[in-house]
Amino acid sequence: MPIAIALIVLVVGSILFHFLSPWTFTPIASNWGMIDTTVDITFVVTGFVFVGVNLFLAYAIIRYRYRKGARAKYEPENKKLEGWLTVITTIGVAAMLTPGLFVWAKFVTVPEGAIDIEVVGQQWHWTFRLPGKDGALGTTDAKLFSVENPYGIIPEDPNGYDDVLVDEAIVHIPLGQPVRFWLRSKDVLHNFAVAQFRVKMDLVPGLETYLWLEPTKVGEYEILCEELCGIGHHAMRGRVVVDEPEDYQAWVDSQPTFAEIQTRTPGDPVLGAVSYAVCAACHGSQGEGLAALHAPKLSGQDPRYLKRQLQNYKLGRRGIHEDDLYGQQMAPMAATLVTDAIIDNVIAYIGTLPDTPAPATVIGDIAHGAELYVLCANCHGADGQGIPRSAPRQAGMSDWYLLDQLKNFKQGLRGHHPHDLHGKQMGFMARTLQDDQAMRDVVAYINTL
Amino acid sequence: MAYVAIADRDHEIEHHAPTTFITKYIWSQDHKVIAIQYAVTALFVGLVALILSGMMRLQLGFPNSFSFITPIDYYQFITMHGMIMVIFLLTALFLGGFGNYLIPLMIGSRDMVFPYMNMLSYWVYLVSVIVLLTSFFVPGGPTGAGWTLYPPQAILPGTPGTDWGIVLMLGSLALFIVAFTMGGLNYVTTILQARTRGMTMMRLPLSLWGIFMATILGLLAFPALFVSAVMMTLDKAAGTSFFMPAVMSMGENLSHEGGSPILFQHLFWFFGHPEVYIVALPAFGLVSDLLSTHARKNIFGYRMMVWAILAIGGLSFIVWAHHMYVSGMNPYFGFFFATTTLIIAVPTAIKVYNWVLTLWQGNIRLTVPMLFAIGFIFTFTHGGLTGIFLGNVVVDLPLSDTYFVVAHFHMVMGVSPIMVVFGSIYHWYPKITGKMFNQTLGKVHFWITFLGTYAIYLPMHYLGFLGVPRRYFAMGDTEFMPESAFTLNQSITISALIVGAAQLIFLYNIIVSLKKGKDAGPNPWQATTLEWQTPDTPPKHGNWGPELPVVHRWAYDYSVPGYHDDFIPQNVPADATPATSEHGSDT
Repeated sequence: MPIAIALIVLVVGSILFHFLSPWTFTPIASNWGMIDTTVDITFVVTGFVFVGVNLFLAYAIIRYRYRKGARAKYEPENKKLEGWLTVITTIGVAAMLTPGLFVWAKFVTVPEGAIDIEVVGQQWHWTFRLPGKDGALGTTDAKLFSVENPYGIIPEDPNGYDDVLVDEAIVHIPLGQPVRFWLRSKDVLHNFAVAQFRVKMDLVPGLETYLWLEPTKVGEYEILCEELCGIGHHAMRGRVVVDEPEDYQAWVDSQPTFAEIQTRTPGDPVLGAVSYAVCAACHGSQGEGLAALHAPKLSGQDPRYLKRQLQNYKLGRRGIHEDDLYGQQMAPMAATLVTDAIIDNVIAYIGTLPDTPAPATVIGDIAHGAELYVLCANCHGADGQGIPRSAPRQAGMSDWYLLDQLKNFKQGLRGHHPHDLHGKQMGFMARTLQDDQAMRDVVAYINTL
Repeated sequence: MAYVAIADRDHEIEHHAPTTFITKYIWSQDHKVIAIQYAVTALFVGLVALILSGMMRLQLGFPNSFSFITPIDYYQFITMHGMIMVIFLLTALFLGGFGNYLIPLMIGSRDMVFPYMNMLSYWVYLVSVIVLLTSFFVPGGPTGAGWTLYPPQAILPGTPGTDWGIVLMLGSLALFIVAFTMGGLNYVTTILQARTRGMTMMRLPLSLWGIFMATILGLLAFPALFVSAVMMTLDKAAGTSFFMPAVMSMGENLSHEGGSPILFQHLFWFFGHPEVYIVALPAFGLVSDLLSTHARKNIFGYRMMVWAILAIGGLSFIVWAHHMYVSGMNPYFGFFFATTTLIIAVPTAIKVYNWVLTLWQGNIRLTVPMLFAIGFIFTFTHGGLTGIFLGNVVVDLPLSDTYFVVAHFHMVMGVSPIMVVFGSIYHWYPKITGKMFNQTLGKVHFWITFLGTYAIYLPMHYLGFLGVPRRYFAMGDTEFMPESAFTLNQSITISALIVGAAQLIFLYNIIVSLKKGKDAGPNPWQATTLEWQTPDTPPKHGNWGPELPVVHRWAYDYSVPGYHDDFIPQNVPADATPATSEHGSDT
């Protein structure tokens, strides 16, 4: 008897949970409302079966529970009943499948006039590429991936030159305009998924896959990787911003093209030396860093990392948390580097400074640190030299600064701005270090690299 | 010379009973001992996998609270948990365990037709388990590629265990498949060739139909996994490019070129989907016999049940790519695979109806095995219905790779088969050991497991609707996730830990009852099938004494009108006077 009651309670409880719990589809922001409709149809049909079968089961248990002297009915089969059940089930299945296939037909047919945007995934970042004025993306070759040509664009293909390159994990799309995302991976499988858009698709190295959608609500949505891609899988985040068409156009126009990047004049260290005078006050004339002023060593650091951080400061993505005092000091300093060209010059100058390893000041359990560093090595490299386009160098840099930043990441003083996606990723990783001692241990180990 | 059935040559065949401890219990060729060896090993690794799932749930419920769970550990836990549960626990337990024990007894045979190969099968299986567990102790640890082992990730740095772990995993799988093939050929041949007189195929208990079809599926499907394992090992060790296109890794361009990651997925799921039924069909069969016996009623629609097993088995080979709707394969495949997948719902639904209709007008004894069988109907109905969501290609788009998938497959091929495993162990325990287990503890075990697993998995579906992805070490700040979803995750973890701990009750019960259990008698459930009619309980080597049983009727003569008893064993002749029962039921 209790089992029959339990079945009834579970059926009723499941229905109540379905209608009363706060957890349901995240509000939709694309044209794929018909997917939600198909889900609703499926819910209704399967819901009836779930309730029907289990209540009948409960009733059978109550009505035909064991009684001494009672006897079961001997009925090996009932062809008529079995036939009817088969027919009704088939009808129910068809009622769910048919609309599903119609919607799928829409999904595989990209409408005329959809704009193309390419999504490029790598462990554990997103970048994007848009066709330029010619409307065609330049062809690519996986063998050409490099630091200078991160998209592997074939230089001989003229279509590639006006391609717009979005070298960060934030992409914009225009409201009310069908968009086809072409998906490509540089290393392993990834999956481009935005909960509010409903649709998703894997990125497969060696293939170009696609999905399409039409955004219906202005706003900003989070891109998640939904195909296991290694230890940074959960931290591979991006953003998609749905803009009014004019805002979208302004955003496109502000992004560099492949040709512009190819022909961009490299930073001039001589000019950079002049601008660096401001930096030298804290970071030292040789970029060696000064612990007393909380200014880390700069010389020898990956130029792309330095540039990204300067831009993060300038754009208010870093140095804004009220408890991040030193970050708050740095933000106005970064603002004095008014243009990208000036930033490039300063970084070029830093590149000329002597790369003397910073003195080791942090003491910890090196053996324990080595165990912890196994995780870090996936992005920063086993030797702590950093991996270009992945994560910056740590070995030989200011160790006290590494320790401070680990704390900042863990406490959310850094990497909490939604557009600082690298910072967000590092936050995930810093939070795996349980306490300050673990952080000291890992930094002490880095000192040995 | 004309073919003579094995049952008719019984007197010509010599049966040497083992005499020493080692030949009796270690290098045993007796199917019953091998079955127990398989079962104990499978339950042991299952326990390892259960502990791994507890660790995963700790991290998900209480992120970053445990220094021993980093992303590396976490992804290793999910991988090993999944692979152990699917292959090394469920496949091994249903076929190596129940298959071995029940096939000869249910068909009235003295043993498997190839006892030596049967023994080898177990020992190779044991080696595969040891190789798998060794990967916990090698540099870099076990692979963390996810149980699906998708390349290129599975063999590239950035994934845990790409030095040794993945190689051991692939080697262990290859060994398992060798073991399975030896066992599987044996099960199929034995069922086809060694049935006793009168035991036609359409008189087989459904347990054996399920095991028979599952074994055939295994023999056809495992080779696809075997070749994938070999090819991936070559990609990893010899630098070939079966599954590896030109990619970069850790900032470097690799020398691979031209391989296809999607090819691996097709091969994997060509194995992987039948694998679902390799686990499910034995469960379908066993639970049918549990329901019929304890409801004192014939299974409803036996022939339809057999045809449904065959149809499901056949269809299971043409639905595999429903695991790949968002894999980037040609999207037009979606039409075909969604259609075949939803067609498979029809024979599956028929099985559910027939189980429920077996209870209808029965005389239902709510024994511990029966409770688990009823629990199975509920969880399987739930898991089967959510499968319709995922099988319908367009509905899969938002739900694929989310917690909805995790909840679905745990309901349908985790909880449901495990319900049958427990129900079946309790059901056959008196025959295997001669002792009765403790009923109260069995009921406590049932209630915690049944209600607890529902508390784990029902809410998990709704995390999937929110869009929470599976295989995430931590969610961190994810804007669409309300604070309440984190609380929900905590409650799921607490339920999971309780359910996990409750399995100790089961272990305690089956171990302590070996000594302290009451003598069960030969046929405590008053069942009709042959294994309950053995002259000795537990059955001795050779099972049947001097004469093999002769079968006169199907396996479901319960409550036949005109007979005094409410069951007639299969070996009772049609014209025999109604037998009187010597054994009462203790329910």
